[in-house]
Amino acid sequence: MAEMDTSGGGGHKKGPGVKKGKKLSTRVDLTPMVDLGFLLITFFIFTTTMAQPTAMKLFLPKDAENPEDQNKAKESGVITILLGKDNNVFYYEGQLDNTASNFKSSNFKEIRSVLINKKANTPEKDLVVVLKPSSECTYRNVVDILDEMAINVLKRYALVDISEVEEKLVKLSGASAPAAN
Amino acid sequence: MGRAKLPRKSTSIDMTAMCDVAFLLLSFFILTTKFKPAEAIAVTTPNSVAAKVAPDKDFVMIILDKDGKVFLSMDDESKKEYIANTLNNTKNLGINVNAFKKANFYGASFGTLAAFVNLPEDQRKGANLPGIPVKDTANNELVTWMRIINEAYQGVKAPNLLVKGDNLAKYPSFKAVVDAFKKNDFLKFQMITNPEAAPLGTDLWKMNQSGEKREE
Repeated sequence: MAEMDTSGGGGHKKGPGVKKGKKLSTRVDLTPMVDLGFLLITFFIFTTTMAQPTAMKLFLPKDAENPEDQNKAKESGVITILLGKDNNVFYYEGQLDNTASNFKSSNFKEIRSVLINKKANTPEKDLVVVLKPSSECTYRNVVDILDEMAINVLKRYALVDISEVEEKLVKLSGASAPAAN
Repeated sequence: MGRAKLPRKSTSIDMTAMCDVAFLLLSFFILTTKFKPAEAIAVTTPNSVAAKVAPDKDFVMIILDKDGKVFLSMDDESKKEYIANTLNNTKNLGINVNAFKKANFYGASFGTLAAFVNLPEDQRKGANLPGIPVKDTANNELVTWMRIINEAYQGVKAPNLLVKGDNLAKYPSFKAVVDAFKKNDFLKFQMITNPEAAPLGTDLWKMNQSGEKREE
């Protein structure tokens, strides 16, 4: 610790009549300061946990009356993400084929790399992400996947109703796949 | 020479007093810090990287609790009055308009709304209220609510439409809410979330690093 030299200049004798300064310890007891520090820490911990809630914007597409009016997307650029029970995520690229061989299972951790890969391998104007939450997924899953769109800066995505075939597929796969977190 | 000899004094101070003050302050702050008032409806919002602070005035908020029950909350009293009057006129509900204006949120079917607004405040807790019926697509009452709200805000700036959902709410109730929005041409809404940092190495993170403004 920093201490002042109070020994009085190397011990040489002072002249007569010069009183030697009293040896005073400059050591300060730090305990109160530590106390105060803890007090402040406690105070700040208590007050800063209440972070301001943020808002995530979502624009809904207007329902197209005629199928011809709907947005067309190139098959090669489409990736469909399905949200299942217990935070399971499934995805397929292009169209779902009859045997569902391109239907893959994933989870929220892995889906990011899938999306990054897809983004890297697809021309930007063709890339469309279709999000289909099943009836068993939670609100949190929906927000998480929308967040994933924001994280990977995917501009074109759509929240679409799930079809019956897909719903069944998600249910079946969800039962066999281990519950992920 | 009569110089007074100073008595030798110890520099170590008794710190009991200071400790006392420190703890007094500590207890003072602990006791007086006002946390958010206990919400009638317990909702744990999910996290997102969204950076925009949620608007806290001029809003119409739809709350989804963990059982998927839907509640509606808004802040503009004159609009509330309009809604109460419209409901009374069109559906003959006999709602006490003043009580309706005072209520912080609504969570009952139209049939029981009059009784709902007359409940004392402390009994109006999310857990034992039915919520606005939305599950039945043919009779989604939120559609009617949104229609009246749309009418109430006719000619003025549209309200900030907020959805505050619980992590555990199931998707169908969220979809019912979204459907109600769509049917009334509310195509823009915001979801209340807790802030979270963009994960390292992702595209958004890179954008933030390079100082690029992102679209909100």
